[in-house]
Amino acid sequence: MSTEKPRPTFQMDGHDVPFDEGQSILAAALAAGRYVPYLCYHPEFQPHGSCKVCTVKINGRTHASCTTPAHEGDVVESNVDELNDMRKGLVQFLFTEGNHFCPSCEASGNCTLQAVGYDLGMTSAHYSPLFPDRPLDASHPEVLLDFNRCILCELCVRASALVDKKSVFSLAGRGIQKHLVVNAESGKLADTELSVDDKAMSVCPVGVILRKRRGFQVPIGERKYDEHPIREVAVQKQKGE
Amino acid sequence: MTSPLDTAENPEKLRRVVIEPVSRVEGHGKVTILLDDQRKVHQVRLHIVEFRGFERFIQGRPYWEVPVMVQRLCGICPVSHHLAASKALDAIVGARKPTATAECVRRLMHYGQILQSHALHFYHLASPDLLFGFDSDPLKRNVVGVLAAYPDLARRGILLRKYGQEVIRITAGKRIHGTGSIPGGVNKSVTAAERDELLRPLADILAWARDGVRLVAELHRANRHLYDEFGTVRSSLLSIVGRDGKLDLYDGVLRARDADGKIIFDGVEPADYGAELRENVRSWSYMKFPFILSRGPADGWYKVGPLARIQNCDAIGTPLAEEARQELLASSPGALIHAPLAFHWARMIELLHAAEVIERLLADPALLGDDLVASGPRGRVAVGIIEAPRGTLIHHYEVDEHDLVTMCNLIVSTTHNNQAMNEAIREVARKYLDGHEPSEGLLNHIEVAIRAFDPCLSCATHALGKMPLAVEIVDASGALVERLVRDGERL
Repeated sequence: MSTEKPRPTFQMDGHDVPFDEGQSILAAALAAGRYVPYLCYHPEFQPHGSCKVCTVKINGRTHASCTTPAHEGDVVESNVDELNDMRKGLVQFLFTEGNHFCPSCEASGNCTLQAVGYDLGMTSAHYSPLFPDRPLDASHPEVLLDFNRCILCELCVRASALVDKKSVFSLAGRGIQKHLVVNAESGKLADTELSVDDKAMSVCPVGVILRKRRGFQVPIGERKYDEHPIREVAVQKQKGE
Repeated sequence: MTSPLDTAENPEKLRRVVIEPVSRVEGHGKVTILLDDQRKVHQVRLHIVEFRGFERFIQGRPYWEVPVMVQRLCGICPVSHHLAASKALDAIVGARKPTATAECVRRLMHYGQILQSHALHFYHLASPDLLFGFDSDPLKRNVVGVLAAYPDLARRGILLRKYGQEVIRITAGKRIHGTGSIPGGVNKSVTAAERDELLRPLADILAWARDGVRLVAELHRANRHLYDEFGTVRSSLLSIVGRDGKLDLYDGVLRARDADGKIIFDGVEPADYGAELRENVRSWSYMKFPFILSRGPADGWYKVGPLARIQNCDAIGTPLAEEARQELLASSPGALIHAPLAFHWARMIELLHAAEVIERLLADPALLGDDLVASGPRGRVAVGIIEAPRGTLIHHYEVDEHDLVTMCNLIVSTTHNNQAMNEAIREVARKYLDGHEPSEGLLNHIEVAIRAFDPCLSCATHALGKMPLAVEIVDASGALVERLVRDGERL
């Protein structure tokens, strides 16, 4: 007879989801193979719940699932029309806020924003685009920054500060003016300590931080989301696969 | 020499007939005709009314993005832009000579593009005019009419195009707007299974391509006078030819001939195109007017595209197409052919040539290789020239030390033919419209002349079948006198 105590569970869309004490609803759901769309979450970093795409209803009230700890017996709704429509709206806002031209973007096929958009059935940006003017930073010999695609997830900010210990990136401005900046007196990436091996180079979910001269080297059919849909990729990522 | 119908002396006293949009061509354009009270034609212009701006907004973008971005100019010939840009940017990454595999895959992609685009133009867009007559019932004068009256022919046209699209899918990753060609080479080669997939239908493709040439030759012979005279204007010719002088649609040097066939320049390297060609601007069209510098803007205009290429080269390196070419040349012994309707014949010869080249490339072991990208000393200026289905396509870029594009100049195929198309419709208007009340059938004559050049007016969109054509006749004070819709119904 096993002496191991059974893990507590909550219910998500009618299914039991086991969790560990202190684990968030999102982390537990993904670990159990249940996909919840998200953009700013990353299993290796402390969540900060800013994108709101992972919003679920817990016992009838909406919460960001990445920052809400699971409790025994919680009743969670996630894959329902009301929430998916809200998520789609958020993704459409992001598409219209920046300049996201998937047809010529080298991140196409590897982009979480694009993959989440497809997963939510987004067929157009719906809202009028703002077309912000965001010049590129090509000053670094090996890295290009295309701010047009930034969704303010702060993953690069967190990775650079917490893992790389360099704090190369920050967010500046407020509200609609909020934008990604480089922590250098000149404001140029070339004047930072960023290196291509940094963690900050690999966490961008869109196409902002790019290795130069790579472009379209990976053919269509072999890109990240060509091979597996985001539902599978997100679950594998949570499990560290 | 520019026609006197380019600009009327007293336009304010004339009435204006507008054909808008021009149908069964790629993109959006309009024709304006100025008539006096006796219906004599005083001015005819083909206007390109779309503004694209690619040359400006590509500035400031990283160079490796360019081949994928600029191909969005067009939904019909994106491969041409994709390859012209890649070929240009080879110079930036120092790939003076691409690997054998890259060259083979790119060529296969390009000839697949030529095959599908030529099939689309002849069978879907142009054949209704040629099979039914220019002023036949407009309700039948479209691809659906061709399907009803000539089902086998229409089916072959559709399958030929499909085959070309499959070649593109396998080499570029997608049928439209793929990513296969990159600066310095390609991002994938072809697998043995993919090659075999393309080999299976090839015998049919070659047979149908030969039948296509035969059909156009017969149409030409059956109505010799019309095909020789319709919209015919003499002009110089321009294309690239292979370094051996043979037809090469993928790579080569620039050659121009005058209207009599005498060489104006030859062996001009792509990077030196600016020494021979200039672009002129007119206030009434967004499309520029290129000309041969040594001849000046008034006399230096020229034709590009299949008819220019077939006559500009010394020979075609594939036997069936060369035999067909000799037959075309024999129809005008000792003199260049300038008839717009002969474009169709030349186009079908090129379609046959493309099928033969595809057959050769599929037999080349380099196609399956894995050495995909070349590199070398970094360059700053990039020029790539390719013969797109509609003619010579020039891409010219400058890239700074931070990898961003600082200058872009694109001269697309249709732009080269701008003056030639204008002159051809002036000739048609003079011959068919002068003294007549404009009718749908007569106005379609104008469109037939434009269509022969297979223009891609926006290089961004295309129209198929019967577009909503409206013709407005306005008196000298600007008041609407009469409005016709395409089927002749008066509103």
